[in-house]
Amino acid sequence: MKQNILIIDPSYKKNSIFKNEFCFPIANMIKEIPNITFEIKHYTEKINYDEFDKIIISGSALKDFEYLNHLNKFEFIKTTNNPILGICAGMQIIAKIYEAKLKKCKEIEITKTITTKKNKLFSGEFDTYSIHNYSIYCPKEFEIIAKSKKVQSLVSEYSTCSVFFLKNSKIIIHAIKHKKKEIYGVLFHPEVKNKEIIENFINL
Amino acid sequence: MRVGVLFSGGKDSNYAMYLASKEHEIVCLISIISENKESYMFQTPGNDFLEVQAKALNLPLIKVKTKGEKEIELKDLKKAIKIAIKKYNIEGIISGAIKSNYQSIRIQNICNDLKIWSINPLWQTNEKKYLDELIKNKFEIKIIAIASYPFTRDTLGKIIDEKTKYEIINISEKYKISCVGEGGEFETFVLNSPLFKHKLEIKEYDKIMESENCGFIQIKKISEIKK
Repeated sequence: MKQNILIIDPSYKKNSIFKNEFCFPIANMIKEIPNITFEIKHYTEKINYDEFDKIIISGSALKDFEYLNHLNKFEFIKTTNNPILGICAGMQIIAKIYEAKLKKCKEIEITKTITTKKNKLFSGEFDTYSIHNYSIYCPKEFEIIAKSKKVQSLVSEYSTCSVFFLKNSKIIIHAIKHKKKEIYGVLFHPEVKNKEIIENFINL
Repeated sequence: MRVGVLFSGGKDSNYAMYLASKEHEIVCLISIISENKESYMFQTPGNDFLEVQAKALNLPLIKVKTKGEKEIELKDLKKAIKIAIKKYNIEGIISGAIKSNYQSIRIQNICNDLKIWSINPLWQTNEKKYLDELIKNKFEIKIIAIASYPFTRDTLGKIIDEKTKYEIINISEKYKISCVGEGGEFETFVLNSPLFKHKLEIKEYDKIMESENCGFIQIKKISEIKK
């Protein structure tokens, strides 16, 4: 099935060097999939979302939070019916659009991610490439589908981590899914490790 | 943004600098000189001639020595970056990391601790296209070390041009190795780039072989050539 994928660059300015680092790796892997076309657009650009079948919001640099000053540019997340995948900053944007808060949580490492709810993107326990200083609280319209193997009590250096109480355990959220729509957020970077997650999203 | 470059003298740090220079002000080079040839983090061949490249780039070079012990060498890298922050007011670091999660995570951690930007323009790049870009942008790159079958003594000293590029790609496909030497299969030394004020030419060198498929070029004399 032919599909046109929109990759949104949330970096601090259009055509910044971070497009190379966060959007090109996604584009490079999408290029390898037959019948898939794509466009990379900066979030400040005028975008006709109807031209696209699916939307991926990429990550951005660890120090880049400029997008938080322009969240109105991401209101389409609530209005479009197209499947959306938010990666790292992309997941934080989704959470903010649904009025959840970010919480300090440093994971700059290969982490273990554990699936907590059956979903169409991944399953089981797997290593992930994580580069973030913030996790999220889960918005009420979403459910947690993966958590970090780390829990706050086991890692003192993560004392400021975002935690969420689930079955009496403090967890670090690694992935969420909208309860009714195909909107996913992953805190780790599947374009670096676990590329099949992006393929599974495209195949939804 | 004022940025420093983690500089090995090879193609990746030079090309990452070239890409970043279109957007940011490159103000210094930072090189870690490792005593350990097996360092996971730093290239060792060609280290004696980094000053020559720095002169060609008209940039100051911060050189810090390390014993190259795993993880401890990171403290030396952090020390070097701190010097660059203090001396040149850098706000970010450019690295030529391509696929190595090991390198990338450690550089990201150091930059995060020091509250500066980590910029990796080649991250996850398409390796074959990257070789094309190097040639298209007139980078003159010499292979100065090999550490993998089927590379031999004859590979040492080759310039990465169209012919060598195809040879490397064929080898990488046949033997399932990186065509850009990301796994340390080969190391390079840049003799010219769009950022070089003058070209370099290796006038005298010896080929030192440690085994049939492992060796390096010991540079003895480099000349500057007007562009």
